[in-house]
Amino acid sequence: MSGTTQPSGAGVSLRRSQPRYGERVIEAVLFVAALVSILTTIGIVVAIVGPTIDFFREPAVTVWDFLTGTEWTALFAEDQQQFGVLPLVSATLVTSVIAMAVAIPVGLGAAIYLAEYASPRARSLFKPTLEVLAGIPTVVYGFFAVSFITPNVLQSFLEVGTFNKLSPGLVMGVMIIPTVATLSEDAMSAVPQALRDGAYGLGSTKRQVATRVVVPAATSGIIAAFVLGISRAVGETMIVALAAGNQANLSLNPLELGQTMTGFIAQAASGDQPTGSIGYESLFAVAALLFAITILMNFVSIRLVRRYREVYE
Amino acid sequence: MTVTELTPRPHTQPPVLTGRGHDRSPKEHGFRAVLLTCLGIGIVFLAVLLVYVLLEGWPRLDLDLFRNQGSQISPATAGAQAAIYGTLWLMAGTALLILPLGVMSAIYLEEYADPERWYNRLIEVNIQNLAAVPSVVYGILGLGLVVRGPLSLGPVLLAGMIILALLVLPVVIISSREAIRAVPDSIRDGSLALGATRWQTIWRTTLPNSVPGIATGSILALSRAIGEAAPLVIIGVALTVTFNPASVYDRFTTLPMQIYSYAQRPQEDFIILSSALIIVLLVILLAMNSVAIFIRNKYQRRW
Repeated sequence: MSGTTQPSGAGVSLRRSQPRYGERVIEAVLFVAALVSILTTIGIVVAIVGPTIDFFREPAVTVWDFLTGTEWTALFAEDQQQFGVLPLVSATLVTSVIAMAVAIPVGLGAAIYLAEYASPRARSLFKPTLEVLAGIPTVVYGFFAVSFITPNVLQSFLEVGTFNKLSPGLVMGVMIIPTVATLSEDAMSAVPQALRDGAYGLGSTKRQVATRVVVPAATSGIIAAFVLGISRAVGETMIVALAAGNQANLSLNPLELGQTMTGFIAQAASGDQPTGSIGYESLFAVAALLFAITILMNFVSIRLVRRYREVYE
Repeated sequence: MTVTELTPRPHTQPPVLTGRGHDRSPKEHGFRAVLLTCLGIGIVFLAVLLVYVLLEGWPRLDLDLFRNQGSQISPATAGAQAAIYGTLWLMAGTALLILPLGVMSAIYLEEYADPERWYNRLIEVNIQNLAAVPSVVYGILGLGLVVRGPLSLGPVLLAGMIILALLVLPVVIISSREAIRAVPDSIRDGSLALGATRWQTIWRTTLPNSVPGIATGSILALSRAIGEAAPLVIIGVALTVTFNPASVYDRFTTLPMQIYSYAQRPQEDFIILSSALIIVLLVILLAMNSVAIFIRNKYQRRW
């Protein structure tokens, strides 16, 4: 050592001695794999937009008639076809409202219980049980709606036919309970204990803490859960295809049958419409509307979450 | 909270020191009962559904179900052999597609991507969005681009595998990312300090430690794919097929599709048959979920 404090290796570069091309290639390959998800979105848009444009170019269709027409007979013989989407929208609206009327209160109630009342043991028992509901295939729910709920439950005290909007709506609501409950509970569990302790210190009861402190503090997460639930209800296909009926029907009466947007897509697709026919194109136009609605709701949910988000340490 | 709510209550009752006294009032009990009812609704519904399906399907849970092919004419002896084979084929093919794609995307996003770059943020937001797109829309993608249009594969196994893989890919990516993120940085730093390159660190240290999490997430995603019927209905998969698929270019049907076709028939024999097939499907899903939970409990390390 010559008296300087410099380390002896000061002249040695710590950079890699040779370029690692292999590492670069690997990173590029991984990036391409991550791009598959972008390609999926582009694929969805491309698949929907082309036939939708063709659909609106047809002489029998205008955008205005499509959005405001009250008759939907897209799969009828050519001279009887009507392309007003409102009957399909009305059925989607009714089934989704019924589903959310079940899923929002019940899911939120279950979430408050799990987050604020349940002992750790009870939670570890109830939460997975509730999540089993989310794992059951939707075709099973559809079967249950049409062969049990409608004939054995609804028809015992209501005047309803084999197909109606109430039964699929109710079953869809139960299906969405775990979505709402799990996401809301996560949001409530993230509320810091100090807020609860503060409220208890002021003499609040458990119920007051839950409803006036925890739920308001978790609003953003709870709203996101609701919106995700709605978009699941709007997009759900098998339950309505089996239990709501296959006939477009402009009606807000839940006891009447009706065909939802997704129900029509399923029916038109399984009917083997030839490529390029107006029936085939109408399927994509309805899908475009459905896709636009769900994207819009995702967007609203992200905005709402941002606006109401409370950030805790 | 507004100021008025914070003003002290008038002392109509002796001061409560524990807070417990309030919790025993009827209002509190009522609220608690309402919450429990909410929880109960889901659980009771699940129980009724399972009991109904078991009671209805039990008489037809015989060997004919596995030995015979589907039939719309003789529900009393019809089976679902082709549908069971189709489901198994689909499960294997979808797994082969989602595992490499999902894990590679997750590694890129967790280990390489600079979140400040716009394209990485775009990928991330896009994956979140895709996870919320209804499955029927993936069916539209498949119908327009895979089954007809550019690829024109027809409603064959390969088309079904591609569509179901794309459908659950966001779920696989999200759960794999969580598994990779759970490996602490100190482990990576240790490897890098010993002179390993970035990729050597990932391949020999990070990835082996996140395998249980990735496996659990992928199996759960796969079980979701297996139960899907909507996208397959859209791409025009046959409801009943009477031959077992032999390659990925064969036409096929699956258990959910077969259930969908039988469930449209109101006759008692078809209800029984659907129920029996639902039991088979639920047993498969239960087995997959059990394996996933077993892996999680047995191999998951807590750091």
